[in-house]
Amino acid sequence: MSAPTKKYGLLAEFETPAAIMEAARRVRDAGYRCWDVYTPFPVHGMDEAMGLKNSKVGWFTFICGSAGFCLGMLMIWWMNAYDYAIVVGGKPLFSPIFAFPVSYECTILLGAFGSLFGMLILNRLPRLYHPLFKSQRFAKVTHDRFFIAIEAIDPKFDDADTRTLLESAGGKHIEEVRD
Amino acid sequence: MASPATSLPAIPEVPRELERQPLVLNQRSLGWLSDHITAVIEGKTPKWWWATFLVSLSLLGIGTWCVAYLISTGVGVWGLMIPVGWAWDITNFVFWIGIGHAGTLISAILFLLRQKWRTSINRAAEAMTIFAVMCAGIFPLIHVGRVWLAWWLLPLPNANSIWPQFRSPLLWDVFAVSTYFTVSLLFWYMGLIPDLATMRDRAKTKIRKILYGLGALGWIGSNRHWSNYEKAYLLLAGLSTPLVLSVHSIVSFDFAVSQVPGWHTTIFPPYFVAGAIFSGFGMVLSLLVPLRTLCRLEDVITTRHVELMCKVVLATGSMVGYAYGMEFFIAWYSGNPYELYAFKNRAFGPYYWAYWTMVTCNVISPQFFWFKKIRRNMVLVFILSIFVNIGMWFERFVIIVTSLHRDYMPANWAYFRPTWVDIWTFVGTFGLFMTLFMLFMRFLPMIAIAEVKGVTPHADPHHPLGGAKEGGHH
Repeated sequence: MSAPTKKYGLLAEFETPAAIMEAARRVRDAGYRCWDVYTPFPVHGMDEAMGLKNSKVGWFTFICGSAGFCLGMLMIWWMNAYDYAIVVGGKPLFSPIFAFPVSYECTILLGAFGSLFGMLILNRLPRLYHPLFKSQRFAKVTHDRFFIAIEAIDPKFDDADTRTLLESAGGKHIEEVRD
Repeated sequence: MASPATSLPAIPEVPRELERQPLVLNQRSLGWLSDHITAVIEGKTPKWWWATFLVSLSLLGIGTWCVAYLISTGVGVWGLMIPVGWAWDITNFVFWIGIGHAGTLISAILFLLRQKWRTSINRAAEAMTIFAVMCAGIFPLIHVGRVWLAWWLLPLPNANSIWPQFRSPLLWDVFAVSTYFTVSLLFWYMGLIPDLATMRDRAKTKIRKILYGLGALGWIGSNRHWSNYEKAYLLLAGLSTPLVLSVHSIVSFDFAVSQVPGWHTTIFPPYFVAGAIFSGFGMVLSLLVPLRTLCRLEDVITTRHVELMCKVVLATGSMVGYAYGMEFFIAWYSGNPYELYAFKNRAFGPYYWAYWTMVTCNVISPQFFWFKKIRRNMVLVFILSIFVNIGMWFERFVIIVTSLHRDYMPANWAYFRPTWVDIWTFVGTFGLFMTLFMLFMRFLPMIAIAEVKGVTPHADPHHPLGGAKEGGHH
């Protein structure tokens, strides 16, 4: 009952952060685009070794945080000065001073949601299935092993050449992963 | 899954005086860290766990019964009266909120300050924050009397078409505390994602694989993911830092914005924040000093970690002591007879015993941490941390009750005494706190595995243990 499977790519294993860093530079320089490094923790300097640009999460945080501040101010003005205006203790119906603490909390609340969900959106998570889960060895990626996977959809992907590149970069247990 | 013992590569000699103490002792490997931290979850349930859990659960039961009795009967079952309309309820609220602050300080502020030692303790401290804020939230909720109308505090349309009154600091507090809880939960969960993936990949049973797998959201340790993850983590730390400072400032506004002598002071916001961090570190020490031994994690939560926390307790305790002195000075210097009376009454009035308990616990006990011998003695650290907890509860009691019990009109003066419901409700929240904490440490990794791995020499591509060749390649 095996369904026809599609080739996902080649997976290579490395034992140390130094080894995978060196290998990542080699793969980057070889001009691959659809590939990734998998590590148990963020390896310092890996973004540069892979040639990644600065993450865009900050935009989500900034836009959501600003929206939080404006919505907070607007809510307080609308509720206390417009929709049901009551004078309390001789204070003005609206002032940005007393509205500040709550608007400030709204900024942080929405900014925090923006950061977490921005990260998840950019990472296309949650994604509970991934072809790499089919590899037995890959389970160690959250333990103490480091991996590089080059996807078959990459225009430069070639079974023999890619395998040679990973081998010469020091990759062990190179295996083909099928989806 | 432990890797076979291999001979460790030689590390170049560093002059002894320049050597930094490692964050993880005995050059433990990456695999060792995941094996030993998850052993707390995967191993057999220890007897001490059951004992603590059952005691906590019983206390939680008593507390629940007290709250049910309060709600069904009315706030008269507490010792509250005129003029002491706030007593144990708000004392407990401020006490628990304060406890939470250490968790955020460790997870956010120490992260921004690049204090790498925080990685061993941040997960447990953040869990402590969340559970403490839950305990705190109960008190304002039940002290309103008609609990079923507590939702009027939220900006939701109700049958009277009246909105909350945003000119009151009490409402600011609603927003501050609920935001604090939500953001702490988001931050904590985000930190958990890679570790839940570790739990998923280690799972031996189907149910574990599914549950941890759902929590991990399909995390596979991709570097493209880590890049966004680390940025989001940094941003959350950057947002949590002003948040934690604002929360206790706003809690202090509940008092400082009023006109009551003893409350109406500008020193309150910084003094409350310092006190909160002080009490929170006291609680972190009370929890982690026994746990590091019971869970055999002394190589990860090292003596040095305990020592550093003691130093934070010493620093913030001294700030609190300074604030006590300054309050007295300003009470005299202001020339306001009511203010001066309120402070004289605190130290020498009918509640003198509470005031001096507070001074002994908060000002004197942390001063022992000047001595390295004491900072490294786990039994003494534990005892002193309990003193800090007691002292900080008394601080809030002193501020609230001594300022209220002698009103402007001497005919109204009174002496507040708690009832058994007051006492057991408070004890009940300890039951809730410890029940949740015990469940947390048994089912979730109580140390941030991925983060601790990241600060070991094994994770550094330029270190021989991280695989760097002699001399390096740059």
